[in-house]
Amino acid sequence: MEYGFTTAAYVVAAVLFILSLGGLSGQESAKRAVWYGIVGMALAVFATLIGPGSGLWLLSLVLIAGGGIIGWMVATKVEMTEMPQLVAAMHSLVGLAAVFVGFNAHFEASNVAGLDAAARDGLDGFAALLAHKTLVELNILKVELFLGIFIGAVTFTGSIVAFGKLAGKLNSKATKLPGGHMLNAAAAAISVLSLIWYFNTGGFLPLAIMTLMALFIGYHLIMGIGGADMPVVVSMLNSYSGWAAAAIGFSLGNDLLIVVGALVGSSGAILSYIMCKAMNRSFVSVILGGFGGTTGPAMEVEGEQIAIDADGVATALNEADSVIIVPGYGMAVAQAQAAVSELTNKLRSKGKNVRFAIHPVAGRLPGHMNVLLAEAKVPYDIVMEMDEINEDFPDTDVVIVIGSNDIVNPAAQEDPNSPIAGMPVLEVWKAKQVFVSKRGQGTGYSGIENPLFYKENTRMFYGDAKDSMNALLPKLD
Amino acid sequence: MKFGVPKEVFEGEARVALTPESAKQLQKLGYDCAVETGAGVLAGFSDKDYAEAGVEVIKTAAALWKDCDIVAKVRQPSETEMKRLKSGQTLISFFNPGANEAGMEMAKSKGANVIAMEMVPRISRAQKMDALSSMANIAGYRAVIEASNNFGRFFTGQITAAGKVPPAKVLVVGAGVAGLAAIGTSTSLGAITYAFDVRPEVAEQVESMGAQFVYLDFEEEQQDGAATGGYASVSSPEFREAQLAKFRELAPEVDIVITTALIPNREAPELWTEDMVAAMKPGSVIVDLAAEKGGNCKLTKMDEKIVTENGVTIIGYTDFPSRMAAQASTLYSTNIRHMMTDLTPEKDGQIVHNMEDDVIRGATVTYAGEITFPPPPPKIKAIAAKPKEAAKVLTAEEKRAAETAAFKAQTKQQVTLMAIGAVLLLGVGLVAPASFMQHFIVFVLSVFIGFQVIWNVSHSLHTPLMAVTNAISSIIILGALMQIGSGSWLVIVLGALSVFMAGINIFGGFMVTRRMLAMFQKS
Repeated sequence: MEYGFTTAAYVVAAVLFILSLGGLSGQESAKRAVWYGIVGMALAVFATLIGPGSGLWLLSLVLIAGGGIIGWMVATKVEMTEMPQLVAAMHSLVGLAAVFVGFNAHFEASNVAGLDAAARDGLDGFAALLAHKTLVELNILKVELFLGIFIGAVTFTGSIVAFGKLAGKLNSKATKLPGGHMLNAAAAAISVLSLIWYFNTGGFLPLAIMTLMALFIGYHLIMGIGGADMPVVVSMLNSYSGWAAAAIGFSLGNDLLIVVGALVGSSGAILSYIMCKAMNRSFVSVILGGFGGTTGPAMEVEGEQIAIDADGVATALNEADSVIIVPGYGMAVAQAQAAVSELTNKLRSKGKNVRFAIHPVAGRLPGHMNVLLAEAKVPYDIVMEMDEINEDFPDTDVVIVIGSNDIVNPAAQEDPNSPIAGMPVLEVWKAKQVFVSKRGQGTGYSGIENPLFYKENTRMFYGDAKDSMNALLPKLD
Repeated sequence: MKFGVPKEVFEGEARVALTPESAKQLQKLGYDCAVETGAGVLAGFSDKDYAEAGVEVIKTAAALWKDCDIVAKVRQPSETEMKRLKSGQTLISFFNPGANEAGMEMAKSKGANVIAMEMVPRISRAQKMDALSSMANIAGYRAVIEASNNFGRFFTGQITAAGKVPPAKVLVVGAGVAGLAAIGTSTSLGAITYAFDVRPEVAEQVESMGAQFVYLDFEEEQQDGAATGGYASVSSPEFREAQLAKFRELAPEVDIVITTALIPNREAPELWTEDMVAAMKPGSVIVDLAAEKGGNCKLTKMDEKIVTENGVTIIGYTDFPSRMAAQASTLYSTNIRHMMTDLTPEKDGQIVHNMEDDVIRGATVTYAGEITFPPPPPKIKAIAAKPKEAAKVLTAEEKRAAETAAFKAQTKQQVTLMAIGAVLLLGVGLVAPASFMQHFIVFVLSVFIGFQVIWNVSHSLHTPLMAVTNAISSIIILGALMQIGSGSWLVIVLGALSVFMAGINIFGGFMVTRRMLAMFQKS
């Protein structure tokens, strides 16, 4: 098939991808938008298969089908609480693929360079493209290749570490090797030197050295970031996987790769930005890992945590007119979303105003809580964002906090010395009564004492979130 | 160690510091419990009840004081009781240390440790042992009951076949624990309830109990109650005048007045003057809960009920808690039990008198042969309700000016960014070959479109967004597909692996997105 058809197909595919992302602005249009994405992808793959440069059709189709079956199976079986792991794992695949494609481009380039003019004319596909490049273009190609491989490698190990942390296979605490960021800086410096070396010689060795360095950076960088920063990390890796694709697109001269890579890259960047903003932390401080040093002693927390049993909570709920539920990662861990949903239905059937307040960084993935609640069939129009609902807390009778801690910590507003000072939080303590469903008395991920638990209108409802909610259900009349 | 409770010797005192219920809890802490014969009879706990709860019943007070390592009481100990103290013994009781120099000297000479229940600091952690509050709660409730007993009418308004009954009007002065309890009782009996307090910050609490707060037309910064540990302080003469004028206005209207105004370590302030009493309707009732400290009304006679010439009943009882001995004993014994819990950190029946602990230190008046009263101020101030700073209200012009400024700043920022972007682009264009520039422009535009599109994605769909971008980032498959056909076996192997991985991603990513989106439902 002609080159022209492929390009036309690419344009259509690019438009479809843009529509697919744009459609995510609303729940209903999103359902249509996925189909745009699927069709776009099918079209792009089809056009490439019949377009110039491809070969081994059968093998390609078999591999796609094989991968597809695995992907399909994983996607149908995955629990919604495991979404963050899944997303991280998928990023690592993209990263690794980018590295391989980059290597291939390098091999092809050196192959072609070794051929004489006559042989060059006989080439087709990607090799033909390479053969017609000028010296400057070849140099640019080297830089593009190098960048693509670098970003891909960082994404690969970074995503694997993120996956390990999210799946609980690695300790989610921020850990660094001795030397800390100096190691990262050294690895980056070696990579830059390799670039110069590669630029001048075009050998495979500098490329290999750089890849090892990049793999190390990805590993070490993400190891140094703690569990609660995972929303930022996952969106950051998402962004990287896009930039890697774009860089590879440059080196292959494929516009569709560039377009999609840029879309994905900017999407991930925006998500990271939103997450950072929600934690009142700069992107750099998240990447450098761990919470920054405090500026003084934390405010002393006075009082005690007063426990309450299911009967007490049920009585308060029976009397309340308006209820706001604040879910956090703890709800996901305890798989309590179905019980919470049932509780919501029961309260709503009695004409009470029940709503959910979602903090942007609740959970381990942007929008994690929304997906969990949706899975449990909580209608999305009662699930509110922080900005929509924060002003309503003073008029609310009962707030139930399920498995969240830092995002409802009043210290962010009251204690200028707190490590989370200035972070926007849900102002649950302004409600008439707050129940906190929590496993034990420990502090949250950040290790910060939460004065909310000591407030006079707060009662601690200890126990596994799921068991607690199930204990409440029969007590509501 | 042995924990003993003697029978109260004070005339008419019916309360007891140990109930069978609290004894069981104390035994769990590792203590042996003992009571004097008949200690709980007036509160409704027989010796048999105690014996059934595993409490030893000791015949005489002397034997009990001699036998026990810890003695708990309700009333301030009498001189005879003080003489029975022995070295190393711990006494927990109301002690009135401010006016009981002799008692402290005696305890000091005997070498006994005395914990005064009224000295428990008013901090959240110590609320569970705050006996003053639990007794005040009872007093407030009982004050309303006594008032209704002496009031010839209904509290609630009714329209009956036999005619219309107006609701009673109750004024509660002082909205401390007792005042709030009185407000609650009075409103639940159906009376129209007014309440006043010198601390304006309690207005909210008063209103939450269903009463109306009586505001004064008075411009003065009232001292914040938090500075004095949550208690009221002395007010200025001007403020007092405004307050009395308001009461004078209310006096002819109200049927029942309950005064609870007390200032720590002072005589009770006079708030209900004789002319107010004279202005009240016959049959009205005044209950003066401050009678012990001289009364908020000067006509009050301590421990007596009098009727004035114009038919107003003034009740000056001081034993309201004792009049509800069963309830009062239950609450007081629980306060004592909490104090014991704090004194027994190991739950091994051994007292650890930790003078570093704010609560224990504050309540201890003699320890190890030393008088430790008054205590140093607690490290943490009570309930710090910060005065609210009124947010500055912007005028329309200021708002408009701010908006224009913001708009200008935004424009400036955007123009700067665009200029920088253009210069960079031109810079790249100068050195890079045309073929690169083609791709580069596509790249820049795509990033731009990406930013425009993604900002509109709703927050709740961020997870599906990640899944879908994940799926489409497998577009890298195109690169692999283009390479797989040409080149060496190494290229083919790597290309094949890439195709395979991207395949997983494409199907997995789209599938999981569809699953998620299908779950979002409208109610």
